[in-house]
Amino acid sequence: MKILTGNDLKSGEVVWWDGDHWSKFVNSAADVGDRGDAIIAREEAARRVVSAYIVDGARDENGVRPAHIKERIRALGPTVRMDLSLKPGDPDASNWVI
Amino acid sequence: MYKYDQYDQQMVDVRVKEFRDQVRRRLDGSLTEDQFRPLRLQNGLYLQLHAYMLRVAVPYGTLNSEQMTVLGDIADKYDRGYGHFTTRQNIQYNWIKLEETPDLLAELAGVEMHAIQTSGNCIRNISSDQYAGAAADEIVDPRPYAELLRQWSSFHPEFLTLPRKFKIAVIASETDRAAMKLHDIGIQMVRNEAGKIGARFFVGGGMGRTPMIGPMIRDFVPLDQLITYCEACLRVYNRYGRRDNKYKARIKILVHELGKDEYTRQVEEEFALLMEQGIEPPLAELERIKAMFADPAFETGASDDLDLSDPDFRLWVERNCAQHKQAGYIIATVSLKPVGGIPGDASADQIRLMAQLARDYSFDELRVTHAQNIVFPHVRKADLYTVWKALDEAGLSTANLDGIGDIIACPGLDYCSLANARSIPVAQRISERFGSAEKQAEIGELKLKISGCINACGHHHAGHIGILGVDRKGVENYQLLLGGSEGADTSLGQITGPGFDEDGIVAAVETAANVYLRERNNGERFLDTYRRIGMAPFKEALYD
Amino acid sequence: MTDVQFRFRDDELAGDPAVTVDSFFDQTNATAVRIEPGEDARALLPFLGRLQLIEVSFPAWTDGRGYSSARVLREAGYTGELRAVGDLVIDMLSHLRRCGFDAFAPEHGLNHADAQAAFDRWDNVYQVTGDGRAPIWARRHG
Repeated sequence: MKILTGNDLKSGEVVWWDGDHWSKFVNSAADVGDRGDAIIAREEAARRVVSAYIVDGARDENGVRPAHIKERIRALGPTVRMDLSLKPGDPDASNWVI
Repeated sequence: MYKYDQYDQQMVDVRVKEFRDQVRRRLDGSLTEDQFRPLRLQNGLYLQLHAYMLRVAVPYGTLNSEQMTVLGDIADKYDRGYGHFTTRQNIQYNWIKLEETPDLLAELAGVEMHAIQTSGNCIRNISSDQYAGAAADEIVDPRPYAELLRQWSSFHPEFLTLPRKFKIAVIASETDRAAMKLHDIGIQMVRNEAGKIGARFFVGGGMGRTPMIGPMIRDFVPLDQLITYCEACLRVYNRYGRRDNKYKARIKILVHELGKDEYTRQVEEEFALLMEQGIEPPLAELERIKAMFADPAFETGASDDLDLSDPDFRLWVERNCAQHKQAGYIIATVSLKPVGGIPGDASADQIRLMAQLARDYSFDELRVTHAQNIVFPHVRKADLYTVWKALDEAGLSTANLDGIGDIIACPGLDYCSLANARSIPVAQRISERFGSAEKQAEIGELKLKISGCINACGHHHAGHIGILGVDRKGVENYQLLLGGSEGADTSLGQITGPGFDEDGIVAAVETAANVYLRERNNGERFLDTYRRIGMAPFKEALYD
Repeated sequence: MTDVQFRFRDDELAGDPAVTVDSFFDQTNATAVRIEPGEDARALLPFLGRLQLIEVSFPAWTDGRGYSSARVLREAGYTGELRAVGDLVIDMLSHLRRCGFDAFAPEHGLNHADAQAAFDRWDNVYQVTGDGRAPIWARRHG
C-alpha cells in the first residue's frame, strides 16, 4: 500500500494521512493508491502539513508497517528514548522498528 | 567572559522580531515551505524526523551559569526535559514547536543568547578550544578573536547565501583541542619571531563525504588585518565556490580544485584590494573585547594539594581533569557519556546542576566541548572533591574522558532526517561492552566517533576508531575506520573493509581493541600502535 | 522585463535596456548591462564611466554571488544604478541594500508593508560594506 506521512506545520508532530485527516498513529494510515501527490499538494497548500511524502507500507495483523526503517522510527519515536515514544510502556516496541 | 553592550543586545532582539515576523508569514501562507526553509535554517530551526529541532549557538563554547540555567529551563518549558550538546559546541532541542519558537528565542535573547546562523549556507557559530583562558599551554586566550569574528560574521550581508555552510575555529595552543584543521577556516593564534601575536590561516579542511585536512595558506596575519583577511577568504569562496553540485560546494573542494597556491593567490589579490576599503575594526575594539576575557580573580597561593584517598575520585581526577595555568586550580570535564547513555544528552536538572556548580566553584563559567562534554574551566583544587561529589549524585561523574567510552555520536536515524543508520544504539552498546573502569583504564586514550551518514556530524573520519552507518537495502550497516585523528597530528581514518551489522560492529571494535592490546609497545596509544603496525594485522583479525 | 518596485535614487530611470555582458563588449555605446551570477563583475571595471545601469541577476535568491558582484562594483567606484533583478525575497532586501544595490526589480511583486519593514529592520550593523553606514565598532569607539 501507499501511505502518506509528514509533519504538522505548527507543532512539527509526525502525522499520517487516514483518508480524511492527519493522525499521529501509523495504524490509521490509509492506502492512497495513486492519489498521494494530489492529497499532498492540497494539504500542503492548506498549511495543515509540511514536508509530506509517499512511502510504501503493508498492513499485517499488527497494523500498518512502513517498508523502510526510517518511517518506522518516525511512527514510533526515537528507539533510544522509548519513554518519549508513542508506546512508552511497551518494552518490546523498539523491536518492531528493526 | 564577553558581555553584550546595547548594540549586541539590539542585534539579537531585532533578530527575534524578524524571526517572529517570518513565522507569522509562514503560518499565514505568505511564505511557502520552500521559501521559508532557508530562512528558518539561518536561525537554526530544522525539521527533523519527529519534530522541529532548534540549535542554539554557544559562541566558542563558553557559557555563564545564568545562560546554562536558562538552557535547562528551556528544555523543560519548550522541549521534553533534555537537551543535546553537539560536536560544534552548541546545544540542540529535539521537540520544538514552530509556533513557540519566537518566544523561546526571546527568552534566549534575555540572557544574551541566540540561534543565529547555527544552520544554513552561511558562516556558522565560531568554535574554539574548550580550555581557552585556562590551559597551561596556550599563548593567549583565543576567544577575543573568536568574538571579533562572531560579530563580523553575524548578518554579514555578502555571506548569507554562500555555496554551502562555513565553519571557523580559532585556537591558540600547539595542542589542537578543536579539530581546527578540519574546518573551512582554521585559525591558530601564534607569536612570531618579533614577539607579536598574529593569526595562522588553514583553509579548506572539513569532514563530510570528502574529508580533507586544511592546508596553511598564510603563516601570520597581523591582528589589525584579521577581519580583512577573513573577508578575502570568504569573497573568493562566495564568487567561485561550486554551486552546481551541493556535494562539491564546500570550500575544501574549491581549494582542492584550484590548488592551494592558486586559491592563496586569489585571496591575497582580494585582500590587497580590501585593505583599501577600511573594513577592519580598530585594535581598540579588540582591546575592548579582550578586557572582558581577563582572568577571573584567582586566589593567590591556593593549595595544590588534592586528597586522592577516595579511589573513585582519584580515577576521575586522573581521567577527566587537566592542568590549569594557575597554581591551585584545575580544569574539570564532566563527561556526558555515562555507560549505556546517549552521548551529549543532559536532562534539564543536570543542566541546571552544572550551572549551579559553575556559579559556586568555577567563576560562573562553563564550556561545551566538541566531544559533547561540559567543562568547568577554573576549579580550585580545594573545592574539587565537593564538585565531584555533587556530580556523582547526579550521575555525572563518569571517568572516561578521551577513552573508549567517551564516544562522539551524531543523533543518527533516531532523530535525524538525513541519517541512514542509527548511531546512538551502537554507542550505547560499545560503551556497555567496555563499561568497566578497569577495562577502560587498560585501553587508555582511544577516541571513538560514530556518524549515521556520510555527512560525518559524528566526525568518524577523525576517530582513532571511526564508525560510519550506511543503508544497505533498507538495513542498517556499519563500516569501520581506523587511524583518524583531529589533534595537532590530524589524519583521516581508513576503512577496514566490508561493513558489519549492529552486533558485528560492536564485536569488531572489541577485536580492534584486542589487536592493539596484543601489539602495543610500552606507552603507545591505540593510534600510535595503528600508525606503527598499519592496517594489515587489524584486517586479519577482523576478516579472516 | 520586470518592473522596478523599490528605488533609492533621485535620478531618472535609465532609458536603455540592459544587454548581456557578451553583447555589451560588442557594443561601444551601450550604457546598461546585466550580469549573471557566473560572470566576473571585474570585467566591467574599465567601462564604469559610461555605465548608467548595471543589473545583477538573481535566478535563485539562494545563489549569493550577486552580493559579491555588487560590492566589487561599488568598491571600484561605480556610482550608477545597481539593480537587483529576479528571485528577490523580502528577507534579503536589507542585505542587498547593504551590498550596494539601490534598485530592486523582483520578478514577483513583494508585499509593500513587509518589504518596507525589512528595509528598515536593522538600526545598526556589525560590518563596513561600503554602503556608508557606520558599523557598531565605529559607534563604540567614536
